[in-house]
Amino acid sequence: MARLVKLQSQIQQVRVEFFIRQRTAEENRKRENAAAVKIQSWIRGCRVRAYVRYLTKHAVIIQKTWRGFSARAIFRQMQEEAYLAARMKFYNQMAVRIQRRWRGYFVRRNVHNYYERKKYLEALSKKNEEIRRELDEFEQYQQKEREWVAAVREEERKYQQAQRQHFLLSTKQCPGVYNSPFRGGPSEMEERLRRVTPVLAQSAARQARSKHRQQRRALEQQNASFLPPINAKKPQGPFRAAEEVWRQRQRPLEPSLRVATSITALEEARDQLRSQELSARLIDHPFWPFASAHKSRKYEPLIHTRSAFQTLPYGTKHFREDAKHTLQDKEAFKTVFTTCHVFDKFGRLYSNSGKIV
Amino acid sequence: MSQRQVLQVFESYQKSRTQFVQTVAELATRPQNIETLQNAGVMSLLRPLLLDVVPTIQQTAALALGRLANYNDDLAEAIVKGDILPQLVYSLAEQNRFYKKAAAFVLRAVARHSPELAQAVVDCGALEALVISLEEFDPGVKEAAAWALGYIARHNGELSQAVVDAGAVPLLVLCIQEPEIALKRIAASALSDIAKHSPELAQTVVDTGAIAHLAQMILNPDAKLKRQVFSALSQISKHSVDLAELVVEAEIFPAVLACLRDPDEYVRKNVTTLMREIAKHTPELSQMIVNSGGVAAVIDYLGDCKGATRLPGIMMLGYVAAHAENLAMAVILSKGVPQLAICLSEESEDHVKAATAWSLGQIGRHTPEHARAVAGVNVLPKLLVLYMDMESSEDLQVKAKKALKSILQKCTHLPALEPLLYDAPSNILKHVVCQFSKVIPHDSKARRLFVTSGGLKKVQEIKADSGSPLQEYINSINNCYPEEIVRYYSPGYSETLLERVEKYQPA
Repeated sequence: MARLVKLQSQIQQVRVEFFIRQRTAEENRKRENAAAVKIQSWIRGCRVRAYVRYLTKHAVIIQKTWRGFSARAIFRQMQEEAYLAARMKFYNQMAVRIQRRWRGYFVRRNVHNYYERKKYLEALSKKNEEIRRELDEFEQYQQKEREWVAAVREEERKYQQAQRQHFLLSTKQCPGVYNSPFRGGPSEMEERLRRVTPVLAQSAARQARSKHRQQRRALEQQNASFLPPINAKKPQGPFRAAEEVWRQRQRPLEPSLRVATSITALEEARDQLRSQELSARLIDHPFWPFASAHKSRKYEPLIHTRSAFQTLPYGTKHFREDAKHTLQDKEAFKTVFTTCHVFDKFGRLYSNSGKIV
Repeated sequence: MSQRQVLQVFESYQKSRTQFVQTVAELATRPQNIETLQNAGVMSLLRPLLLDVVPTIQQTAALALGRLANYNDDLAEAIVKGDILPQLVYSLAEQNRFYKKAAAFVLRAVARHSPELAQAVVDCGALEALVISLEEFDPGVKEAAAWALGYIARHNGELSQAVVDAGAVPLLVLCIQEPEIALKRIAASALSDIAKHSPELAQTVVDTGAIAHLAQMILNPDAKLKRQVFSALSQISKHSVDLAELVVEAEIFPAVLACLRDPDEYVRKNVTTLMREIAKHTPELSQMIVNSGGVAAVIDYLGDCKGATRLPGIMMLGYVAAHAENLAMAVILSKGVPQLAICLSEESEDHVKAATAWSLGQIGRHTPEHARAVAGVNVLPKLLVLYMDMESSEDLQVKAKKALKSILQKCTHLPALEPLLYDAPSNILKHVVCQFSKVIPHDSKARRLFVTSGGLKKVQEIKADSGSPLQEYINSINNCYPEEIVRYYSPGYSETLLERVEKYQPA
C-alpha cells in the first residue's frame, strides 16, 4: 500500500506529467506528424518519380525506336520520289534533246527544205531558159518555112507569068520591056523569060498526077458552099455548049504509042536493064548458100576414070583414037544406043492420018 | 396559040423568077442593100419561091433568105413569124444536098441572133433534122448542119442540153475526124459551144472521147482550126478538177507551148486561156504547168501582145501564184513581175488593170521576199494611184486596195515603202507605218536612213486619233529615237525656237 500511496501522491504528478507529456507529445505529434508526412510524401514522391522515370525511360525507348522506324520509312519514300523525279527530269531533258534534233531535221527536210528549194528554183530557171530558147528556135524555123513556101509560090507564079508572056522576050533588033537599054543589064523578069520553056504535053505519069491534083481541087471547090451553075442563056449561033468547049480545051493530048515512045527507046531499055542488073545483083551465084562449102568439098571424080588405087589415065592422059595401033584387035566402042520405043507407035497408035509422019 | 408559044410563056416566067432570085441573093451580100430590100417586102416574095417547082430557084431562094436573116434579127424574126421554118426543116430531110446546105444556112442565120429565136428554131423540130443531116456523106452538108447546131447551142444551157439530147455530140466527134479542114473547124467550134455552159454538158462531150481527137489536132498547121480546138479544150477544162485532169492526161503539155509562138494572135490567146483554166484548179496542176516551163512561155507571150488579149495570161500568172508560195517564187524567178508592171503601166482598160493588180497582189502576199520582189519594180505607187483615182472603176479600186494591203502587210523593204508615206490615205498609211514600226526598232542603219530621207519628219506630221493603232505605231517609232530628235522634227519646232529667241534676255 505504500506504493499505492506513493503512487497516489504521484498521481497528480503523474497527471501533470501525463498532461505535460501528452501536451508535448501532442505538440511533438503534430510536428512529428508533419515531419513524418513530409518524409513520407517525399519518399512517395521519390518512389513515384522513380517509377515515372522508369516508365518514361522505357516509353522514350519505345517511341524513339518507333519514330526512327517510321521516319526512315517516310524518308525512303521521299528518297524514292526524289530519285524518280530526278530520273524523269533527266529523261525529259534527253527527250527534249531528241525532239529538238528530230524537229529540226524534219522541218528542214520536209516543211522547208532550203537546198531542195534552191535546187528546184535553179532547175526551174534552167528549164525556163531552155524552153525560151527552144520556142525561139521553133518560131524562127516556122517563120523560115513560111517564108520559103511563100517564096517558092511567088517564084512559080512569076514563072507561069513568064510562060504566058514569052513574047515579051527581047530580040537583037528590039529590046524587050524588061531589058531596058538604059539600065546596066536585063532585069530578073527578062532572065526568067529567057529561061522559060514552053508548056508541052505531059508524060503519062505527069498527066496522072495533075489529074489527081485537079480532082482534089475539084473536091475542095465542091466543099465550098457554091451552088451549081444555073443554065444561062445560050448564045445564038452554031456554038457548042460552054462546058463542052471547056472540057475540050482542058483535054490533055493523048498521043499514040508510036509517038509516045522515044526514038532511043531500045537503047534506053537496055541501059535501064543494065543499070537494074548493076544495082540489083548483089550476089553473082545466088545458089551457093555457104560460100566456103564448095571450097572444102572433096573432089568426086568420074567413076570411069578411077580405080580403087588411083585415077585411070584414060580420058585425061591418053585417048583411044590417038593410039590406034594398039587397038587392032579390039572392038570399037558402041556409039549407038538402043532405041527407046516411046515414039514408035506415035503415028500408028491413034489414027490413020498419023501415018503422014 | 401554038404549043410552043404557050410553053414560051412558062419559060419566060421561069427565067424571070430565076433572075429575080439570083439578083436578090447577090444583093443580099451587101449590107447597104438589105434595108431597101426589107422595105420592098422581099420576105413575102421569097417565101412562095421556096416552094417553087424548079429546085435551083428553091435553093437560091433559101440562100437569099439565109443571107437576109444573117444580117438582122428583125428579118430573122420575120422568118420565124412567117412560118418558113417548118418547111425548111421538112426539106432538110428530103431534098438534095445543095438545098440541105441552103436550109441549114437559113436555120443557122436565124438561130444566131438571140436565145428566143434559137428556141423557135428548136421548137420546129430542127434538131432532129440537123442531126440526121450530120450523117450525110457530103462534107458541105455536115458542115452547114454542125454550124447551125453550134449557133443554137451557143446561147444558154437549156438549148445546149436540147442539142445534146438530140444525139448530136457523137456525130460531131465523128465530124472532127473527117479529113476536111473546114468541117473540123466547125465541129470543134460546136463542141466548144456545147461544153461551155455546165459541167454536165462538158462531161457529156468528154464521154464521147472528144478530148483525144481534139488533142491530136493541136499541131495542125491551120490556124483557125487551132483556135477552135484550144477554145474547146479550155471550155471543157474550166468546170472542174477532174475534167482539167482529163485534158492534161491527153498529154498536151509541152506541145501546147509551141503554139504560143503561132503567128495568129487568137491561137495564142486561146492557148493561154486553156492554160489559165487548167492552172486555176489545184496547186498540183499549176505545179505541172510551171515544171514544164509554161510560165516562162506565157510571160514571153505577155511581152509580145497588146490590149485585152493579155488578160488570160495575166490571170494565169495570178492563179499560179495564188496557190503556194513556191509557185509564186517560180513566177518571180521567170521574170514575171517586171512584165506585169509593164502591163499595169501600158494598159488602158480597167478590167485588164484590175486583173494585173490582183495578180501582183497574189504574187506579193506570201512572204517578205515576195513582197520585196514586187515592191522592187516600183509598182506600189502605181497601185496607190489606181486606188485613189476617181475615174477608175469600182472593181479596179477594190482590187488595187486589196493588192496594196496584202503586199504591204508583208513588205519589209523600207526604200520601197517611203514614197507611200507621202500620198497615201489613212487606211493605207496605217499599214505602211505599221511596217516601219516593225523594222525600225531592230535596224540601226534603217533608223539613220529613215531620218535622213525625211521619213521621220513626215511621220511627225501625221495626225492620228490617240489610242488608234496608227498612233501606237507612231509612238513606237518615236520611241526608237532620242527625244531631242523627235522634238526637232515635230511640226512647228522652228516657231518654238524662234519664240525662245524672242523671249531671251541677253545678260
